[in-house]
Amino acid sequence: MTSGEGAFKRGRPPIWVYWIVLPSVLVLWALISWLMQSPLLPSPLDVLDTLMREASSGDLWYHLSATLRRVVLAFFLAMSLGALIGLAMGRSTVINALFDPLLVLLLNLPALVTIILMYVWLGLVESAAIMAVVINKVPNVAVTIREGARSLDFRLEGMATVYRFSRWQRFREVWVPQLFPYLMAATRGGLALIWKIVLVVELLGRSSGVGFQLQLAFQIFDVATILAYSLAFIAVVQLIELAILQPLERRSSRWRQPENAHA
Amino acid sequence: MLELRITGRDFTQPVLGGIATVVEAGDRICLLGPSGIGKTTLLNAIAGLDPVVSDSAIIGRRALRIGYLFQEHRLLPWRSLTANIELVGVSPREAEEYLARVGLAGYGHYLPDQLSLGMARRAALARCLAIKPQLLLLDEPFASLDPVMANELKQLIVAILDANPAMAMICVTHDGGDAATLANRLWYLDGKPAQLLWDGATEEQGLVESLLETLRSPERAD
Repeated sequence: MTSGEGAFKRGRPPIWVYWIVLPSVLVLWALISWLMQSPLLPSPLDVLDTLMREASSGDLWYHLSATLRRVVLAFFLAMSLGALIGLAMGRSTVINALFDPLLVLLLNLPALVTIILMYVWLGLVESAAIMAVVINKVPNVAVTIREGARSLDFRLEGMATVYRFSRWQRFREVWVPQLFPYLMAATRGGLALIWKIVLVVELLGRSSGVGFQLQLAFQIFDVATILAYSLAFIAVVQLIELAILQPLERRSSRWRQPENAHA
Repeated sequence: MLELRITGRDFTQPVLGGIATVVEAGDRICLLGPSGIGKTTLLNAIAGLDPVVSDSAIIGRRALRIGYLFQEHRLLPWRSLTANIELVGVSPREAEEYLARVGLAGYGHYLPDQLSLGMARRAALARCLAIKPQLLLLDEPFASLDPVMANELKQLIVAILDANPAMAMICVTHDGGDAATLANRLWYLDGKPAQLLWDGATEEQGLVESLLETLRSPERAD
């Protein structure tokens, strides 16, 4: 470990600082719900109770997995489409000039409008739901990747030209490593945005998933169920972050921290 | 093997103009000239990196295997030295051999940024050699190296050229001393747009010194 890293660690606040605000919110929530004694604000224990009940009946897993399936499918479609578009726009000023106005339009199109239009045009079907999410997410990915494509190092481009890299080599060996931070940024933002849109899509036109459950609970003002499902899905997203995204990021940025620099 | 017919029309910004010459196998050319005059531009044009310069201005470049030692190492920082060299189309074992030839045996698993400037430049030279170049382009290969390292690299390049008599070289440099050790032919580039003001063998006595004088004279200082 270099001394620079050590200095950085020393500058960090102790770990317990991270455990102040969230537990306080929990305590505050418990306190208010105890004072109000209203079904409109169930206590944390009530929510936990609902969560256990839904889990043991199997409903929770059914709806969580339905939502997760949609999130994953929409995510991969949006990422690959958005990355392709962003790369093309970042590399070619003509393509950028052609599609930039459309991109601006789509960026400002409310998610709700896309969802409604897709359901109206395609019917209340799964493909309409996925399409709506993808259309919402693609412009964000494209904008992020376009930035990355614009900042590709021209010196390495020249090197790849001189040494006659194949298209695939240039893409895989020269572009992807440089685009990786942008891909990760798009992934992070994408996951958070996509799962929120998926819930709306489910609420408006699907009969499974967390969004569908929220709608049922909303109709009978069942706040405990709303909170239980929301928290369960937040946990799932955090799990994805910890188990997949962070290790991936660590692995791919390993070359940035040479362990023993030879000066 | 390579014919240059560059006119001012070949560039949107006419940096270079009036360059008409031929590079033959075995030529060891040192390209001298004040800084900013377009020496690197000329190398880039020869290497095919300048999209504006047409094939009719540099005849024969497509058929040539060109090894280009850039001013920066331009190795992929996320790949080990071996992997970097493999990318030009050699086996891992051959890559190790090329590293050994430039004195980097055992460094194959290092990342480029873990190396000193001199070592990284030698690794980049190993990659140049791995494509078995017919033409070697060197852009200030000794810049910012300490004298010992610069001398080692110079000896290495001379050894490589001696071992491959058919290999041609064009080496950009500021230093007439480099030209004396490396070259059998000199190019002197100057003017606006830059032209080859001198193109000839190094044998002429005192030529290197007089060129150095021109480079160092006060109105040329930059």
